[in-house]
Amino acid sequence: MSNTALQGRGKPQLRLRNMTDTNLLTMITIIVFVVMYLFAVIVLKKGFLKPQMLLNILNENAALIILSCGMSLVMITGGIDISVGGVTALVCTACAVYLDKQGGNVPMAILLAVGIGLAFGLVQGYLVAYLEIQPFIVTLAGMFFARGMTTIINTDPFNVAHPGFVALKGTRITVPFLGSYNKHGNYISAYIEIGVIVALLAAAVLFLVLKWTKTGRSFYAVGGNRQSALMLGVNVRRTVFLSHLFCGLLAGIGGFVYFMHVGSCAPSHASGAEMNAIASSIIGGTMLTGGVGNIIGTFFGVVSLALIQQIVSSVGLDQAWWTGITVAAMLCVFLVVQSVIISRRKKANLTAAAENTR
Amino acid sequence: MTAKTTVKSGSFLSGLLRHQIVIPLAAILLLTLFNLIADPSFFRIKLGMTNAGNPVLTGNLITILDSGSELAILAIGMTLVTAASGGQDISVGAAIAISGSVILRILCGPPGAYSGELQAPIFVAFLAACAVSMIFGAFNGSLVAFFRIQPMVATLILFTAGRSIAAWINNNKLPIISDDRFSYYGGYLPGVPIPTPFFIAVICFVITWAILKFTNLGLYVQSVGINEKTSRLNGLNPELIKFATYVLLGLCVAVSGFIKVSRVSTLNYSVIAKDIEMDAILAVALGGNALSGGKFSMSASVLGAYVLQYLTTTLYKFHVKPESLSAYKAVVVILLVILSAPAVREKLSSLVKKLHSPASSAGQSA
Repeated sequence: MSNTALQGRGKPQLRLRNMTDTNLLTMITIIVFVVMYLFAVIVLKKGFLKPQMLLNILNENAALIILSCGMSLVMITGGIDISVGGVTALVCTACAVYLDKQGGNVPMAILLAVGIGLAFGLVQGYLVAYLEIQPFIVTLAGMFFARGMTTIINTDPFNVAHPGFVALKGTRITVPFLGSYNKHGNYISAYIEIGVIVALLAAAVLFLVLKWTKTGRSFYAVGGNRQSALMLGVNVRRTVFLSHLFCGLLAGIGGFVYFMHVGSCAPSHASGAEMNAIASSIIGGTMLTGGVGNIIGTFFGVVSLALIQQIVSSVGLDQAWWTGITVAAMLCVFLVVQSVIISRRKKANLTAAAENTR
Repeated sequence: MTAKTTVKSGSFLSGLLRHQIVIPLAAILLLTLFNLIADPSFFRIKLGMTNAGNPVLTGNLITILDSGSELAILAIGMTLVTAASGGQDISVGAAIAISGSVILRILCGPPGAYSGELQAPIFVAFLAACAVSMIFGAFNGSLVAFFRIQPMVATLILFTAGRSIAAWINNNKLPIISDDRFSYYGGYLPGVPIPTPFFIAVICFVITWAILKFTNLGLYVQSVGINEKTSRLNGLNPELIKFATYVLLGLCVAVSGFIKVSRVSTLNYSVIAKDIEMDAILAVALGGNALSGGKFSMSASVLGAYVLQYLTTTLYKFHVKPESLSAYKAVVVILLVILSAPAVREKLSSLVKKLHSPASSAGQSA
């Protein structure tokens, strides 16, 4: 047995087999993103080579990155949270009303956003983990509640005029060395918004937590097999509770980042954000069955989703429906490929195990 | 003897409490009580006349029966899908948009060509919608059954693409059908005072009930949902059964899409049947069915659908804004779900026992 393992070390084929599902799926996502980007640069050319193009994708999707990180966390634990879009809309409206109509200040608004997110995470986590209600139903009710509360607070969309907030919204951080020259030879510096920093920070922290802390590993353990996690001494209920709590917290932060990006409130804000977050997580290699997933993959899932929309519109398919159809087609391809790969790997592992025991 | 009867009634009560239909029934009872106390005129039914001189019944109860129909029809299919695959189809709203779009395309001909005259019989349009919806159902079903993708994720594909496809079929045009015959299916048949959608829902329910009663489909679906491996060992084909439930759901989608389009004689691709997938799943959950598959009760789901509509109508009655409806709905749903959660139920039943045991022991000593 040790002999075969030694032999296998040299061959790339076998090394692929030795990779964990998480790493394999993440690798596929990154490769697809790179191939797509290269295709865009070589075939379409229209400005895809400019760094600002990529940075704009980040600017547009900072909130989605944060929401998707939370979603991945819950999905790794084997649950789902479809309330994040609703929470985002609620945070936007609550903060907007607080800032403009009640004369609040920005730090308190941020606290308010985080508080709303935490409250949702707390209640949903308790219901899912300790009362053992299906996460789908709990968070569905959470979504309904958030969307309803949004309209109860305020129905008419408006732009926030609070000076401190407008200054925060307009803050642009220049990225050194990545600017480009326009037709007249003037240097245009590349920039990102504050939200991007928050998103990258959140993703990095979550990545580190998932990779190197005991709590982080227990998320994978619970998602992979609840029964064995319990037998290994993992506090399953607490882990599930924490996953929803973190997801709620991230939804609150993501909501504020979204709010910083759009600077307005409307009940229809972030509609479908939960499905986009789920789609990004899936494209990033997180499996809804739990136990498999990675924040880096999720990050690339979000940017791949944004990139394909960009490509579709610059190819000339500018009717609104093409976006929906291409995103769905991409999702479909990813899902089928993942499913085939995973089932083939399972079979291969089984035969390998059978050979080893022989 | 008295002790005996109390024990018996207790076991009967607990037996009833254990049956899942008790959840929607209790909800109906609660809502009815609430309405009776708040405003008994809620239950008034009037016989009116339409402009054309047809008798129609109006009243809140009729509204519930009328507008709950699409949801009830969807709940039928959703129950089967949930039971067999242990997951839910979240694409039904988008699929309704597609089937509605197909109906318009067939009835009005190519985009922009409609001149007020139906281009095809309504029946043909309905059949076409059924066929298309079943194809999309088959697409979902094959992803779930053969590629073993989680149902919610697999149907996320059609959820994302559905409304886009619907807009694409009619080139984003919204023809309005001005034929009276078409509006019968979402309104009233001449001379019949009860809205047609209710009849359609009843027909769908009876047909499915008969199929479940006289064939083994129900048993097969349950056994696949409870344990796929053992049902395979017993000679069933789990993939095929899962696949079949999704195709059946496609049929249900076509029927409710037909009603939806007939109600307004046109459709708005981005708004039609919005969030109905969530309501349909809620109906199944309110019916006490486990969303993880296995045992199911069709009638409980259908009742659950009407409970949701009952709740909606009640809230409208109290002048809740349509946009804010979902918040109240969420509170009620959470309360219901908490009460029906196994952990809470256990605690409640132990509490009941505690209350019961000193009383019964006192009765025996007396």
